[in-house]
Amino acid sequence: MTLTAPGRPRRRSLGIATTLTYVSLVVASLVVLIPLAVVFLTSLKTSREVADGGGALSLPDDWLNFSNYATAFTDGHMLTAFGNTAFILLFSITGTVVIGSMTAYAVDRFEFRFKKLVMALFLIATLVPGVTTQVATFQVVNSFGLFDTRWAPILLYMGTDIVSIYIFLQFIRGIPTSLDEAARLDGANAFTIYRKIIFPMLKPAIATVVIIKGITTYNDFYIPFLYMPSEDLGTISTALFRFKGPFGAHWENISAGAILVILPTLLVFLFLQRYIYNGFAQGATK
Amino acid sequence: MTRTTTSTAAPPPAAPHPGERRTRRSAGRPRTWRDHPLRRVTPWLFLLVPLALLVTFTYVPVGNMIYYSFTDWDGVSPDRHHVGADNYVQLFTRPELFRVFAVSLYYLAASVVQIAIALWFATVLSFDLRFRNLFKGILFFPYLINGVAIGFVFLYFFQDGGTLDAILSFLGAGTDHAWLGDPESANTSLAGVSVWRFTGLNFVLFLGAIQSVPGELYEAAQLDGATRRQQFRHIIVPGIRPVLSLSVILAISGSLSVFEIPYIMTGGATGTSTFVIQTVKLAFQFNKTGLASACAVVLLLIILLITWVQRRLVPDEKVDLV
Repeated sequence: MTLTAPGRPRRRSLGIATTLTYVSLVVASLVVLIPLAVVFLTSLKTSREVADGGGALSLPDDWLNFSNYATAFTDGHMLTAFGNTAFILLFSITGTVVIGSMTAYAVDRFEFRFKKLVMALFLIATLVPGVTTQVATFQVVNSFGLFDTRWAPILLYMGTDIVSIYIFLQFIRGIPTSLDEAARLDGANAFTIYRKIIFPMLKPAIATVVIIKGITTYNDFYIPFLYMPSEDLGTISTALFRFKGPFGAHWENISAGAILVILPTLLVFLFLQRYIYNGFAQGATK
Repeated sequence: MTRTTTSTAAPPPAAPHPGERRTRRSAGRPRTWRDHPLRRVTPWLFLLVPLALLVTFTYVPVGNMIYYSFTDWDGVSPDRHHVGADNYVQLFTRPELFRVFAVSLYYLAASVVQIAIALWFATVLSFDLRFRNLFKGILFFPYLINGVAIGFVFLYFFQDGGTLDAILSFLGAGTDHAWLGDPESANTSLAGVSVWRFTGLNFVLFLGAIQSVPGELYEAAQLDGATRRQQFRHIIVPGIRPVLSLSVILAISGSLSVFEIPYIMTGGATGTSTFVIQTVKLAFQFNKTGLASACAVVLLLIILLITWVQRRLVPDEKVDLV
């Protein structure tokens, strides 16, 4: 909803206030875009251009010089990284959706003993920031023999996602119970109701969870960094982080790597803008 | 959202006013789902996996962490000795371990700036403007970018002869300052990156909250001749109070647990080490699991305390999410 009340008498005289507003918006946009644009320019330069440099703001000689991207992609093991990230995304998102919706269903649609306790367990867990407990979580993961496997981050992403449980819970409350009742009369059991009635109706909430979970998982650095040190288990975050070593001060390659990582996010953002805003507004306030 | 109990679930069998139809139904078909023997177990079947994961990856670690914090364990060897409160004593008496808290102040100051900027743009952009959606997108996008990529973008930005220097000399204010070279400018620079990265999230939250304020309120205010400033103070601010207080909490606990950007950019060198960087290094580099656990317990307690204080000060309706 935009606040464009038709009768609003906006002083359209382009007063000082309006000008200031636009100036502030343009300045903020430049602050956001310039660092990114410069990295993009750098990614198209040759190492000589960067070295004897006409400064960071100079334009590349050849706008179609994609060789740095090729170097970053192959020497930076980006293909493996994208593969690992995709694998982790697939399992952790599926897991989060299934687990989150099942929890929400059980909690909202049933009365049972210790229900309050179960809810309290989930609620209190939201207050424990993940970064603080990793020292001990590490030992748990290690004792399962999952250290340095892709299952470690998958389990951690699935197991600690309270936000999505709340998103599902909010949504499931809006689904009339009469639907469940009707299905029960037809002889459906609780699982069938969940699978055939509740789950399909959760689509908007699922979309929200998939987007939020997808973006945060794609961008996460901490967990893959701690739990998957092997080089062939790099995710896009950790693979990019390793650029620091071999590429040293080769900013043209590092820049290309950074752009490669940012590009998918940009595309997703452009296509799903509206859902992403809503998703994050919903997710963060829960 | 403000509901505490779920009244939607099936009423107990002894409901005071059983509907006529249902009475007939249960009389005719004694074995409905309601009194099926499995009925009692059903919710637990759904909760089995979620609870197992929750306990394994949240509660067991918290418990273990508290236990480790009283030992001298190195994280590897089978023997660990109980050392009482020794780790905590060390933590509070060795100034170099405690100094990292000072670094948080930079980020705390940064979050004040961040919230102010976000509030300004959310207010401005909830009114009709040219290119509204474009500006919205540009302001929010940094929040979605990969942290490591941001780290590199800004390493280049602050580099000698990098983006910042180039811009400054372009504007005729050329300096020869190594931005990440001394603790003060390094921490300021890193805190600046954090503003760049997270303003978008605050902005979108505020925007959502402002737009959920009914439009008639603005119209009424307009009719009464309220200025923009008055509208902001008397309509927008009260309207978004819950989100504002949530942002403050996130800002404080976020400032205490900064990790990614400084770790990627400086590795914690030149006085930019934060509490989490220090904990991670103690645990995984120096194998001081006991001491690291004590650090983590302290951080956890501080964050819980802040959250508790906030809930006391700002009793907001979002507390009872369950």
